[in-house]
Amino acid sequence: MVLEEVEKEFSLRRAESIDGIPTFYCHRELVLPLMERLKRDFEVLLDITAVDYLGRKEKRFELVYHLLSLSEKMRLRIKVELGEGEKIPTLSFLWKNANWLEREVYDMFGIEFQGHPDLRRILLYPEFKGHPLRKDYPLKKSQPRIKLLRPERE
Amino acid sequence: MMEKMLLNIGPSHPAMHGTIQIKVELDGERIIKADVEIGYLHRGFEKTAENRTYMQIIPYTDRLNYVSPLLNNLAYAMAVEKLLGIDVPPRAKWLRMIFGEISRITDHLTCIAPIGMELGAFTVFLYMIKAREFLWNVLDATTGARLTTSYIRIGGVKADVPENFEDLLRKALEETKKAVRDVHGLLSRNPIFLKRTKDVGVVSQDDALSYGFTGPVLRSTGYYYDVRKAFPYLYYDEVDFEVPLGERGDNYDRYMVRMKEIEQSIRIIEQSLSKMEKGPVKAEDEVAEAYEAIKASQEGKYLDGKLKLNPNLEGMEREVYYKIMARVPRYILPPKEDLYRSIEGMIRHFKLIMSGHGLRPPAGEVYVPVEGGNGELGFYIVSDGTDRPYRLHLRAPVFSIMSALAEMIKGHYIADVIPTFASINMIGGELDR
Repeated sequence: MVLEEVEKEFSLRRAESIDGIPTFYCHRELVLPLMERLKRDFEVLLDITAVDYLGRKEKRFELVYHLLSLSEKMRLRIKVELGEGEKIPTLSFLWKNANWLEREVYDMFGIEFQGHPDLRRILLYPEFKGHPLRKDYPLKKSQPRIKLLRPERE
Repeated sequence: MMEKMLLNIGPSHPAMHGTIQIKVELDGERIIKADVEIGYLHRGFEKTAENRTYMQIIPYTDRLNYVSPLLNNLAYAMAVEKLLGIDVPPRAKWLRMIFGEISRITDHLTCIAPIGMELGAFTVFLYMIKAREFLWNVLDATTGARLTTSYIRIGGVKADVPENFEDLLRKALEETKKAVRDVHGLLSRNPIFLKRTKDVGVVSQDDALSYGFTGPVLRSTGYYYDVRKAFPYLYYDEVDFEVPLGERGDNYDRYMVRMKEIEQSIRIIEQSLSKMEKGPVKAEDEVAEAYEAIKASQEGKYLDGKLKLNPNLEGMEREVYYKIMARVPRYILPPKEDLYRSIEGMIRHFKLIMSGHGLRPPAGEVYVPVEGGNGELGFYIVSDGTDRPYRLHLRAPVFSIMSALAEMIKGHYIADVIPTFASINMIGGELDR
């Protein structure tokens, strides 16, 4: 089995999952070699996203990768814990859609990807300040691009 | 030395359905570099969802892929059900399948119609939109809305189908078949259409996998992957259908795969209709509607005991309620009769609706995909045990496909941008969230 091999080789920590998708925690430094190894069996990078555990966990962010193996009909979830300001290597050289997915994570959470060819905002405009999916970004804060005649209600 | 020209296509352009901007660098009419700017329809869906209760999120999911809203409802409801660990009654599952496939058809019709229109075949647009109208009437009759349906709920579906549902649906399917046949006649061997779409916007199979393509766009390259076949959900393993494949992965193959998928979806609906048990027949009893009672009272007559005051919307009466909703008192709202006529029902309702109580799934995380109109549509939900999701993320199929658009149009003429863009069926609501 691929997963057992990989689990030993990269000393992954298995996490419990309630949806039946095998979930592993990986160390930040080992992400690139791990993904290079996994790409042999998992052809599709489905998704990259992050979760902000502000004040709940020691390391603030958790980066979540979802992989799909079409030949084995199997999904895999890899998680990486990241502290504030910690960087992570980009995967855009392994999977081409990682380029946009990482841009979205950068846009929404401010997590920087080392070696990314084009790391700029994707959904929001360049002048936007802050990262809206962080838990400390206020829900109703707005950053209008034109001057408002009346100040907005709080 | 050649002179380069920079051209902005969009964000508002008559031939672009959806607000995106494509900055193209041109040499004559040939594109040498393209940059795709998205985000014009970003509404902060994920941030909003973190601040809404689980039931409040359902209407927001309608507005993601707004041409196949029921598939979004389905993906979200299935994700929450997985989190709660509840099962859905069989009739609800069949209904979900039927409505999911209707949505897939409307999605594909909405994709193919503009391709025709933008290449000069306006008739195709009219035929397809007409067929879609019949399907939307079916949705309207059951769900009460054409686009923003909110029909599939956590634990089941909102209401049972009306009595004339099967006739309505069969008529709509006949119209769809006719439209598909007509469009095959108009486009599939039309030399102008072939010239504009064959070998334009080609994606190789390796590129498609590397870009994370799923759905019809991946299948047009000849790769066999369909969530309904690979990871069957609902009753997809009990019905018989094929997964159409393309060969070259160009615009024409994407068009063809979608056309064939419409036919397969019709097959699934027809099988589901015959396999689903018949709905309960409502007894015709002699009760008066409220307005009749008022009218009678004005004439001095009183209809005591015969008055019908039904607190329900049509199709969710107590007799049918548990056929379309899971019977899990802790998580599922009681039927309206119980709510208004018993204290237990009132308490159940209160506990699920009032803030501070609410639907509270156990802590954990799930990723649940369904086959959406454009590919694998998945919801990733992290629950921390409160009544609001701690984090909710949508895996939008279009997002991965759009990231390849710049490469797909590179080297082609500027006029080829339009059919290529149309054939991947970008939906702004899903792309920008």
